[in-house]
Amino acid sequence: MNTQILTLVLGRLGVAFITLLIVSFVVFGATEMLPGDIVEILLGQAATPEAIAGLRSAMHLDDPSLVRYGRWILGLLQGDLGTSYANDLPIAEMIGDRLSNTLRLAAVTSAVAVPLALVLGITTAMFRGSIYDRIVTTGVVSVISVPEFMIATLAVLVFAVWLDWLPALSFANEATSWGEMFRVFAMPVITLCGVITAQMIRMTRAAVIDTLKMPYVEMALLKGASRWRMVMRHALPNALGPIVNAIALSLSYLLGGVIIVETIFNYPGIAKLMVDAVATRDLPLIQSCAMVFCIGYLTLITLADILAIVANPRLRK
Amino acid sequence: MTALSLFSPRRYGYRVNAVAVVASMFILFWGVMALFGTSLAPYPPGKVVDFDFFGPISADFWLGSDYLGRDIFSRILMGASYTVGISLGAVCLACFTGVVLGMTAAVTGGWFDVALSRFLDALSSIPSKLFGLVMVAAIGSSTPVLILLLAVIYTPGSYRFARALAVNINTMDFVTVARARGEGTFYLITQEILPNITGPVLADMGLRFVFIVLLLSGLSFLGLGVQPPYADWGSLVRENIGALAFGAPAVIAPCIAIASLTISVNLLIDNLPQKIRDRSA
Repeated sequence: MNTQILTLVLGRLGVAFITLLIVSFVVFGATEMLPGDIVEILLGQAATPEAIAGLRSAMHLDDPSLVRYGRWILGLLQGDLGTSYANDLPIAEMIGDRLSNTLRLAAVTSAVAVPLALVLGITTAMFRGSIYDRIVTTGVVSVISVPEFMIATLAVLVFAVWLDWLPALSFANEATSWGEMFRVFAMPVITLCGVITAQMIRMTRAAVIDTLKMPYVEMALLKGASRWRMVMRHALPNALGPIVNAIALSLSYLLGGVIIVETIFNYPGIAKLMVDAVATRDLPLIQSCAMVFCIGYLTLITLADILAIVANPRLRK
Repeated sequence: MTALSLFSPRRYGYRVNAVAVVASMFILFWGVMALFGTSLAPYPPGKVVDFDFFGPISADFWLGSDYLGRDIFSRILMGASYTVGISLGAVCLACFTGVVLGMTAAVTGGWFDVALSRFLDALSSIPSKLFGLVMVAAIGSSTPVLILLLAVIYTPGSYRFARALAVNINTMDFVTVARARGEGTFYLITQEILPNITGPVLADMGLRFVFIVLLLSGLSFLGLGVQPPYADWGSLVRENIGALAFGAPAVIAPCIAIASLTISVNLLIDNLPQKIRDRSA
């Protein structure tokens, strides 16, 4: 049976790898569509035709697209991300710091959001149909159906303007003590938590409700087990797989949220770097950032898939 | 049997509740505003009419004024036509492509089905906001580009949904009979499959509309969507983000406009009669 799981997991990893390859093709293809010549943009209006031709061949832009794609992919695999068009720095260097900032933000958010969502998701499923459940569910639907920037805007309005508790902007590099650290992270984390928690509550609640419909839970009820015992001992262990799956899936919503949150709060993370790169049309930087994001996203999705397989024997056909 | 019950929708087996009615009224309101908003607006949306910037709510300016002293209410009415128009265009295109491809894949099967499913799955595993960023960086941003881009991003989801429904219908006896009669793919799709999946497909279209409104607003908020001098609701929030410090209505009102539209669509679909929603089961 273990070899069976191993084959399935390897199969998932294979699919993820092929997907990543297609994604890289799409990302490269998209940046190929750019109208206008990057060399002419770089050299400006005073460029002579000779200078243009020289720089073109120096940047290997005369090669066919497929060759350049191959070179780009090989470079990526070797950890060579190329150099930025805008300021001529190696991209790996530019991304390094930013990525760790973003990961720190993601880690703090998950540490807050996961326990909160689990408690709310499980308790709403337990007291399904109660006033408490209805309030939480309505809140969740409202949060899911508004854009992330609206949650951020409201958070600034409430915590920074009306209550005056927190600064509206954050700069992770300035944080030296724990207190400052907390103040800097508070706003982005509150916003991201709003986005992630809502998704996670919804999925966790659905998973637990599904499990509560099982005959063995009814059996536990009939034998006179308390509601807590019924949920904690009988339902939860069986819902664990879907719940972990739900957590991994909702964490993938972090990616969308982080783009907005880093922009609005001026947080020096990789998403901000990418949005700025879009403004300056710095294609190599955009490509690299896009690949980093897609790898993160695919990792989470694949992880969710694999956890679902491991947790549920029925998926191991 | 009273006379009234003859005319109630319940007679046709539909049950409509109050939430659905209120939600559809909101949607109808924004629909009308998207069509006629610019001519109904009290001021021209581009004109500076207030000497004060980020002005408060007053009798002259119903929702205050923006960072240049333009009337926010008029600008929101103009934004309605962009937000609703672009999203509606994109959702129609996405659902048409997705549903046609999905039904074709389900009916045809074989390598066409496998190849298309793999490719579209890969496409949908690019986070939507990221895909938007890369594409806008590459080809710039204009209304047709935005419609096309949003349609491309949301086609895979629509394809997957329609294909799953169509695969179920495809195994039914009447499809087998039609096939035995020698009907072609086009006939099978339009006459046998489509009429049986219309309800769920329309409900899915509504949900997808919400996603598209959210993504469009997000892109515009990042400055990558609708470009000045025109503005959709996302751009209005971006323009007036400075109003946050004053707690002025300029930044809150467009947010409320977005929320009222998206929440209404979600609520309407959640409260649709079961008969329309769950033909898939």
